[in-house]
Amino acid sequence: MPISKEEVTKIATLSNLALTAEETGSFSVQLAAIVEYIDQLSEVDISNVQPWKHRSAGEAPTSYASREDRVEPSLGTGIALANAPDPDAGHFAVPKVIGG
Amino acid sequence: MKEGWEAVIGLEVHAQLSTESKIFCACSTQVGEEPNSNTCPVCLGLPGALPVLNRQALECAGKAALAIGLRINTESIFARKNYFYPDLPKGYQISQYDKPFSEHGTVEILSAERDEGGRPIEWKLKRFGITRAHIEEDAGKSVHDIGDPGKSHVNLNRAGTPLLEIVSEPDFRTSWEAYDYVAYLRRTLQDIGACDGNMEEGNLRCDANVSVRRPGEPFGTRTETKNINSLRFIQKAIDYEIARQIHVLESGGKIEQETRLWNEKENRTYTMRSKEDAHDYRYFPEPDLPPLEVSAAWIEGLQNSLPELPETRRQRFVKEYELSPEDALTLTASRAIADFYETVIETSGNHKAAANWMLSEVLRELKNADDDINASKLAAENLGAMIRLIDNNTISGKIAKDVFAEMWANGGDPDTIINEKGWVQITDLAAIEKIVDEVIANNPKQVESYKAGRVQLMGFFVGQTLKASGGKANPQAVNDIVKTKLG
Repeated sequence: MPISKEEVTKIATLSNLALTAEETGSFSVQLAAIVEYIDQLSEVDISNVQPWKHRSAGEAPTSYASREDRVEPSLGTGIALANAPDPDAGHFAVPKVIGG
Repeated sequence: MKEGWEAVIGLEVHAQLSTESKIFCACSTQVGEEPNSNTCPVCLGLPGALPVLNRQALECAGKAALAIGLRINTESIFARKNYFYPDLPKGYQISQYDKPFSEHGTVEILSAERDEGGRPIEWKLKRFGITRAHIEEDAGKSVHDIGDPGKSHVNLNRAGTPLLEIVSEPDFRTSWEAYDYVAYLRRTLQDIGACDGNMEEGNLRCDANVSVRRPGEPFGTRTETKNINSLRFIQKAIDYEIARQIHVLESGGKIEQETRLWNEKENRTYTMRSKEDAHDYRYFPEPDLPPLEVSAAWIEGLQNSLPELPETRRQRFVKEYELSPEDALTLTASRAIADFYETVIETSGNHKAAANWMLSEVLRELKNADDDINASKLAAENLGAMIRLIDNNTISGKIAKDVFAEMWANGGDPDTIINEKGWVQITDLAAIEKIVDEVIANNPKQVESYKAGRVQLMGFFVGQTLKASGGKANPQAVNDIVKTKLG
């Protein structure tokens, strides 16, 4: 499946990536090859295969995938910010954004 | 609404589900704590951390969905909604997309347009469709006014708070319909304990989709006004947007599909982002959370656990207690008020008097005190007992007002109060006769003019007698005696 340069540019924008014209060209070829490779999966008939169920309520005997509503200790501000590139006043400081 | 135009409004309400911990991790949902203190690898979006669903969040979502008439899907799928924003550490929000938790709801509620003073004009029963309600996590908070002024600051304490997003059909035609709908959602979710409903604190937020058209024409282009955090602002923001769009169209302009923000200080909306940078969220199933399956028995159990819903209760009040629709609405404004009223009825055996006392004295005092009825010193049982004392002529209506004031200010039961204060009504006819005699003896002039034909002076003698008795004389008895004495 060919991936156009416009599509690559759009995906790059959505992914917050700045690509050069050269990169856009080469990625368009590479991405097409990747998608084609992955596409082989569609040859497998999975019409009778159920997805893994998330039994989390009701009489289901297993509740492996859900938890009780109980608070457990959090990391705390210090550890949470320990690897932040720019901690400021207990927050993650980021380039100015306005609006919500 | 301007003549010749019709508005089409749809609402998205985000309700924070009442849990102690976050939806996919065990961090606290408590607000007002040290920034970024309630965080862990899951809600910080650290690599390798895995989400695990909070059962209480699921239960709140289930109750909420059923209470607003939605059908819960026995299977729903969590999906990733991808976008970049500093307060979204994973780069995606876990939400639901093509297989939501619940669909196809309706609410039937009272709604009224309001006059310029904000008073309801005429209450009408209306039906509004609810498309779906799905479960998702909240993002963090961006703060713009602390620390380095050249930077924004991110607090992730709110990230991962459980939300139910309730999406309505475009069924509203006026801002007051929208107002009444959100007020009803809020009251209902509070009643069933699914959401605290505190709009100022942001645990109930509303986005409004608004377009205008000439009646009969297809839908116009809509705008979305986001994150409105009070009922009044919902109404104002929608009215502003309707007027703005009509103005643009009548001036020959075009409505741009865009996201707008309500500015409460200036009473207007502003463009937040236009369609050009509209998001492509690239939803896909969340691989870390398998399909969510709930059983029919679980749904049934939740349904059975629901209390009587506000609108059902309102309609019952109209029938059972002979209230006007509007009074019934006032008396079901909160579950606490409605419970209080029914306790007063039970203890007094007089639903009419109970309603009168509730609608006048109790609600007036509550409004003055700006308080919740459960926080007041007045106990419903005592108000009921007081009404019984009026009904069996132990106290007069006038004394009752004093007893009420005393119970409101200091609590206590009416029997003790009237005994302590000596407020028991005088029903002893001889005692009343004595007072009437005194009043007649002290007012010879008035007696003369009464006898000369000024019969309206009757009220004067009754009033003087009641006053002389300290308000304790039985008014009917006073009336009878004055009449006889004056001949």
